[in-house]
Amino acid sequence: MFGSSLVIGDDILDIGSHKFDAGRTDQRAIGSGAMIPARLALGEPGQFDVPDVPDPAHFCRNNFASACGNGDQGQSVKFAKGTTTLAFKFDGGIIVSVDSRSTMGAYIASGTVKKVIEINPFLLGTMAGGAADCSFWERNLGTQCRMYELRNKKRITVAAASKLLANTMNSYRGYGLSMGTMITGWDGTGPQLYYVDNDGTRLHGRYFSVGSGSTYAYGVLDTYYRTDLTVDEAIDLGKRAIYHACHRDAMSGSINNLYHVTRDGWVKIHAIDVNDMHYEYLEEKRNAMASS
Amino acid sequence: MDTVFGISYDGGVVLATDQVNARSILMYQQNLDKIAELSSHSAMGVSGPNCDLVNFSEYISKNLKLYELSNDGAKLSTHAQANFCRGELAKALRKGPFQVNVILGGYDEKAPTGGSLYVMDYLGSCTKAKFGAQGYASNFCLSIMDRDWGEGMDEDMAVKLVEKCIRELEMRFLINQKNFIIKVIDKEGVRTLKYGADPADN
Repeated sequence: MFGSSLVIGDDILDIGSHKFDAGRTDQRAIGSGAMIPARLALGEPGQFDVPDVPDPAHFCRNNFASACGNGDQGQSVKFAKGTTTLAFKFDGGIIVSVDSRSTMGAYIASGTVKKVIEINPFLLGTMAGGAADCSFWERNLGTQCRMYELRNKKRITVAAASKLLANTMNSYRGYGLSMGTMITGWDGTGPQLYYVDNDGTRLHGRYFSVGSGSTYAYGVLDTYYRTDLTVDEAIDLGKRAIYHACHRDAMSGSINNLYHVTRDGWVKIHAIDVNDMHYEYLEEKRNAMASS
Repeated sequence: MDTVFGISYDGGVVLATDQVNARSILMYQQNLDKIAELSSHSAMGVSGPNCDLVNFSEYISKNLKLYELSNDGAKLSTHAQANFCRGELAKALRKGPFQVNVILGGYDEKAPTGGSLYVMDYLGSCTKAKFGAQGYASNFCLSIMDRDWGEGMDEDMAVKLVEKCIRELEMRFLINQKNFIIKVIDKEGVRTLKYGADPADN
């Protein structure tokens, strides 16, 4: 059994307050096994540039304060964030529901972030963690998926697409990437949902929630989730889970964007301000109390 | 955090692992199958972070399959498979280690009792054992195994011993590991005896 400090990013909820483990600085933790980025050739087309130093992973750890893994240790580049995203499968397809707040510490940087990334008409990815990392690597995934389509004359499965992303994450393990994403879509095997994060973890499941507000969203989801929800009930569940997470989590809020994935691809269902939702639900509760 | 058990008996081995994937304070899933089937008569229970667990067990099982395919279906003995695993763990150690602890079990026609069990850690140590446990669970369960394991046990007794260990964890272990998957390897091959939650159910 190895110490838990060896496990990278075991702190997805711990946004920016994680105590930096000084003993870890000199540890090399790149990829697992042979999954090191094949060649760190800088500037080659299609290659992702990394610092031109003997140990890029070590350099990244000392200079970038990722909200995932290492906290503030006087690094020159810092970023912090919070999010609630969720996705679940049910008999009518998949619901993907997210908030839209972007924070930098106590400051709300934006309230109109698109945290659902439309990879292609049949694949959706969600954004939690570093916005740049998520949008860059999911765009990169989109390219890889399109290349697969052109080479094989058929659409890539969600399983394969998520594995491509997981492999990328794994090869840059320890480089300070921060990403918690759900890859969803409909392929030959039906509706599919995968969770992929910057540790290289890839899980196949019925429902997931990611981000600092995920515990709150899980609370609602675990309590009210059923596979036999109707589409309307499912949309309401997705909406409410995000609302309750936004209510309790200071780093989540603003607009709730909700997508429905069906056999024919994804459809955007709504974009509602959670503040409006708050008064709507308050009214609902009052009426229910009055009538009972 | 993960728990892996292995117990050998007269005619085979029993492997068991928990089915949980957890991170930080969140439990993401509790229906995983952490016992990778390597060949028709061998499997390994793996503990460690999900990505290493998946990468390592896929890497080993596919390479063993490749060996079979390129050698007219000749299978490696359990001993050889264990040494291959150990070698790969040691090879990866100074590059970017597989953070995995492994218990590998298999059945060989030629082995004296049929089943054999190998306990490995991520540093590349490998020992042949009659029984083993990995993770925090070893603190609770090795004593139970020391007390109850004996020569000439049959499958039923071995499974009962594993279940005794699981019950002890339920009673004393802080971390909630609700579900366990138990696999048996004997002359018939690898089979899943029971699980707490179906790994295919997602």
